[in-house]
Amino acid sequence: MNKDVRSCMKCGSCTASCPSGRVVAFRTRKLVEDRAIGEIDYDDLSLWYCTTCFNCMERCPRGIDITDEILKIREEAYRKGKVLEPHRAVLRYIYRSGHAVPINPEVREKRMALGLSELPPTTHTFEEALLEVRRIMEDEGIEYKE
Amino acid sequence: MRGLSTKSDFSLFLGCLIPNRLPEIEKSTRLVCERLGINLHDMKGASCCPAPGVMKSFDKALWLKIAGRNLDIAANMGMDIITLCNGCYGTLKDASMELKDDPELQEVVRASLSTIDRDLGKIVDVYHFVEYLYFDYGLDDLSDHITKKLDYKVAAHYGCHLLKPIKYRRTKDFDAPTFFDELIELTGSTSVDYVEKNTCCGAGGGLRSGLKDVALDIARKKVASIKDANMIVTPCPFCHMQLAQVSNIPVVYYSQLLALSMGFSEEEVGMAVGK
Ligand code: SF4
Ligand code: SF4
Repeated sequence: MNKDVRSCMKCGSCTASCPSGRVVAFRTRKLVEDRAIGEIDYDDLSLWYCTTCFNCMERCPRGIDITDEILKIREEAYRKGKVLEPHRAVLRYIYRSGHAVPINPEVREKRMALGLSELPPTTHTFEEALLEVRRIMEDEGIEYKE
Repeated sequence: MRGLSTKSDFSLFLGCLIPNRLPEIEKSTRLVCERLGINLHDMKGASCCPAPGVMKSFDKALWLKIAGRNLDIAANMGMDIITLCNGCYGTLKDASMELKDDPELQEVVRASLSTIDRDLGKIVDVYHFVEYLYFDYGLDDLSDHITKKLDYKVAAHYGCHLLKPIKYRRTKDFDAPTFFDELIELTGSTSVDYVEKNTCCGAGGGLRSGLKDVALDIARKKVASIKDANMIVTPCPFCHMQLAQVSNIPVVYYSQLLALSMGFSEEEVGMAVGK
C-alpha cells in the first residue's frame, strides 16, 4: 500500500465511488492526477469537498492512499493560509473550550432534565485540563486570545 | 459467550456532540451499560478527540498530540476506551494504531506531552461501542437482557469511519457489513434494505462545517432512497445530526433502541418515536 500517486492508471474507480462527486463538480481522479504532476491549485474549493469517507482509498486498484493524500494536500493549503472561515472557527472553539462544539444553555438544561451532570466531566469541568490543550496548540503556533 | 470476560471496565470517551448537543445518547448508553455490567468510567478532563475533519486536515501532528493526550488520560486510568461516535472512533482508533506502529511518531507525541507533564503511557485499545457489543460482549449475552421485542422497521446507517480505513478495523467487509443490522434485529426490529445504505452521510471531512449545502445534498440523496422504514438508526452523533436535518422519520441512536428493548421508557432515553 501507500503507492505513489504517479502509479494511477486512470481507471476512475475513485471518482465513481465518491459521494461528493455525485452532487458537486469534484473529481477525485483529477485531484490525484494534478498531484501526480505537482499542479495543485490551493485556491480551488474542491479540495474541501472530500468527506474523508475512504471509499476511493479502499477501492483504488493501485492501492494509492487517496484519502490520506487529500489530507496532506489540505495540510499544505492550511500552511499557505488557505482556510475556510468556518474551519478556523472550529480551531478557535477547541482552543477556547477544549471542544469543537461547546455546550450551550439549552443543552445544560437538557442534561439536567435527563439526570446528567450539568456540565460533562471534560475540559468544560476541569480548567487545568483546558490549559493543557491550549499549551499543546500554542506549541504549534495556534493561539486565540479572548 | 463474551470474548473478553475480564474486560468490563472502560474509559468512556464522550467527545463533543454527545455531551454538548445530544446528551440523550450519553444517557441511554449509561443506562444500557449499567444493565449489561459494562462499567463506564469518566475520563476527567478529556477534550475534543480532536475533530478529524478539521484538525487532521490542518495539522496532522497537532491532531496526534491532542489525541495522544486523550489516550494518556485513559492509560492513567488503566482502561481501554469505548467511544460512541464514529468521528471520535476514527480519531482515537487511528491515532492509537498509528502510534503503536510508529515509534518515531510516538517520540514526537511524547515530547509534546512532556510539556504538560504527561507521557503517553501504554497506548490503550479503542473500541466503538457497537463494535464492542457485537465482537466482544456478544449477541448471546446481549439477548439475555432483551425483555421487550420491538417491531420497528429500521433503516440502518453504519457511517464511514466505523468501517474504514479497513487496515485499522476488525471487519474488512465495508461494502456489505452485517454486524450493525444484527445488533438492530436483536431488538426484534427489522433492518430494511435501501439503495443508498452504504452511502456516506456527507457530514465528515469538515464538509458539514465548511460547505453545508453540499453536505446536506449528499444526505438528502441518501435519505430519499429509504422506503418502508419508520426510523433511521445510527451509531454516530454526527451522522445522526446530519441525517435528522433532512429526514421525515426519526433518527435514533443505537443505545436508545437497545434501551427500549430492555424495557426503558422513551422518556428515560430522551426520545419521542411516536412524534
Ligand atoms: S474519501 Fe473523499 S475523495 Fe475519496 S471517495 Fe470519499 S469523499 Fe470522495
Ligand atoms: S482509483 Fe486509483 S488508479 Fe483508479 S483513477 Fe483513482 S487513483 Fe487512479
